[in-house]
This record gives sequence, C-alpha cells and structure tokens, in this order.
Amino acid sequence: MSGRLRARQLGVIGCHVCGLVCKDRLGERGHARCPCCHTTLRRRRPDSIGRAWAFLLAGMVFYIPANALPVMYTGLLGSSSDNTILQGVISFWKDGSYGIALVIFVASVVVPCTKFLILGLLLVTSQRHSRWAMRERARLYRLIELVGYWSMLDVLVVATVAALVKFQALGDIEPRIGIFFFGAMVILTMLSALNFDPRLIWDGMATHE
Amino acid sequence: MKTFPHLIVCEHCDTVYRRVSLESGDAARCVDCAATLYRANRMNVDGWLALTVTAAIALVMANVCPVIRISLHGQHNEVTLWQSVAALGHGAAAPIAVPAALSVIVVPGLQILLLGWVLAFARAGHRAPGFAMAMKVLATLRPWSMVEVAMLGILISIIKLSNVVQVTPGDGVWATAGLMVLITLIASRDIHWLWGITDNHPLRGRQGV
Repeated sequence: MSGRLRARQLGVIGCHVCGLVCKDRLGERGHARCPCCHTTLRRRRPDSIGRAWAFLLAGMVFYIPANALPVMYTGLLGSSSDNTILQGVISFWKDGSYGIALVIFVASVVVPCTKFLILGLLLVTSQRHSRWAMRERARLYRLIELVGYWSMLDVLVVATVAALVKFQALGDIEPRIGIFFFGAMVILTMLSALNFDPRLIWDGMATHE
Repeated sequence: MKTFPHLIVCEHCDTVYRRVSLESGDAARCVDCAATLYRANRMNVDGWLALTVTAAIALVMANVCPVIRISLHGQHNEVTLWQSVAALGHGAAAPIAVPAALSVIVVPGLQILLLGWVLAFARAGHRAPGFAMAMKVLATLRPWSMVEVAMLGILISIIKLSNVVQVTPGDGVWATAGLMVLITLIASRDIHWLWGITDNHPLRGRQGV
C-alpha cells in the first residue's frame, strides 16, 4: 500500500474542468459548485458503470449488422456488387494491397473487438472492486481513449469514395445501411469509454482497507 | 468554499499531489497510475494564437479546394471535404452523415473558434466573456475531433480508386494534412494553464509554472 492519499481520504475534490482542488462539502449540502468555474463538483462521474455498460452492450449489438450487412454498393464498368467490410478487406488483400488491407482490418475488426474486451474487463473488475493489476488496467483505459476513434476510418473512406464515383452509367458507388450500424457502434463505444470513470479502478483499494 | 490552489488531483486515479514548478517541456506524472498530471507550457499565447489562425485558414481551404480529383473515360469528378461527408447523406445510411460532418468539420471548426476567442483575450491577460463555458466546451469536444482519421481515409480512398480510375490529389489534401498537424498542436494540449494566466482569483497563482 502506498503512502499517497486519495482525494476522498483527504476530503477534497478536484474540479474536472479547471483543476482547482476544493474542500468536499457534498456530504453536508448534497450539491456544490467549483468557486472558480462554477462547474458542479462530483466525486465520481454519475452512474458511471451503468451507463458505460448500456453504451457498450448497444455498441456490441450494432457491431453484428455492421459486419453482416453491406456497407457499400459498387457499380463499376458493368460489374456491380454489394460489399461488407470483410469483403472489402479480402479484395484489397487479393489485389496485393496488403498494407491497406491490414489498416482497414485493424480499424474495423481489431480496434472494435479490443475495445469490447477491454471495456468489459474494466467494468467487471471495477464492479467487483478488484485490486488486480490496477496500474495496467489504468493504462488499458488510456489506450482505448487513444485508439478508439480511429475506427471511424471506414465511415470516412466510404464517404469519400461514394462522393467521388458518380458517373451514372460508367460507374457509381453508394453507401449502404451497414456503414450506419458501424458508425453508430463507434460512437456508442466511445460514449461507453467516456462514461466510465477510471478512478473506479482505484476505488477497490479503499474497499479492501 | 475552502480551496487548495497548491494541490492537484490526478484525474485518472484521484491521488492528491502538491504542485511543483516544471522545467519547460517537462510533464508531471502520477506515481500510481502514470497518467500525466500537467505539463509545463512550451508555447506562449502569441504563438498559440498564430497557430490557431493558421488552422482556421487550413480548415477553410480543405472545404473549398477539392481533396481528390478522378477521371474515367474522359469524365471528371472532384470533391471537397464537405462534399465527401455530404455524400453519406444520400441513401439508407443517411443519419451517419451527421456525426461524420461533426467530427471532421464542425468540431474542429468550433475548437478553432473557441480557442481563438479565449486566446485573443488571454493575450491581454483578460478572461474572455464566457471563458468558463468555452473551456468546458473545449474539453467536451476534444475526443470528437477526427481530422487525422479523415486524412488517412482520404489516402486510403486514393489508393482504393487508383486501380480503376485515374486519381490526382487536389490542393485540399495538403490543407487537410496541415489542419491535422495544427489541430493536434493547438487543441490536444493541456489547456488547464489558461485558467492560471488569466486568473483573477487571489489564491491561485500561475498553474504548474
């Protein structure tokens, strides 16, 4: 156990907007504002675990149609087809563009699945007030904050390609419903991560003392 | 309410520290969770404001000049950043056009506007009207700014299309690349110290300096 003290033990709260440390009077008044920026002071993000679970589960549900349904319609020089994300990756791979295939695979499969696993792990361990690998779990949380939004890549590629290829009879590319589910999944998992309060990882320590 | 301007609370694990002055370019890290507590400021307000104005110009250019031009059997087509996002608005996936436009154009635009507003007043040592609100909004917007993802999306689209049509990058792609670097420089940094330099609270001195 470290000798360092947590804000809760010292009876102070750090304002999450301006950083000013104030005396914790929430116990007496139930409501307090930062004297510097008038933000409502909170010890933890409200209802953090419940909201993070809700957004995470919704995101996981959306990920199924995002992969099963086509994200793009391609009609070029006589041949036309509906493509899912994975078919897009495979066609890049077959064309020999291994690098691009890998980038899209990472953005659309590796990143979302890693996010599901890490968020699920963080939520379960925080609910159980686990003291296991707290430092590593804190790092994992910062990792998904850092890489999570890169999944929007697929949405923006479909947007650019669909906007460009508009040649009526010669060629036409259109977005399909799958990309809506995919984009919504990215936003939902980002909301899940934003609602999870990383301080909950460390609250396990206080419970065990 | 009693405040403790000499203290800082780690946002990621709630550990309380005494503020120390840092050498330029250094960062204070939390001993427990290794998150960054605060950084010494490397850029002065003038430099920061200049980069913000440059970013505004780059954002306008990326939306006025085409980012990609393609030609197929004598027909030409070109899109700007805005047009490529707007293309998502047609068809079944239409709702996803809103977050795409927000993350690539609206959010970076708002970040530039708010920072410009706050910094212009900070140059004179004043707090801009609505300073607290602007700082809150800037903190909320930060995770939703995705210019770098758009840039990678444009590059992938160029490679994807170069198999079937003739592709030339437009002037807008350079503007987008510039915007990506500038947004990272101006908006991804620790903005907390702006509270310190524009402070009129007698208890608080310059933060982290």
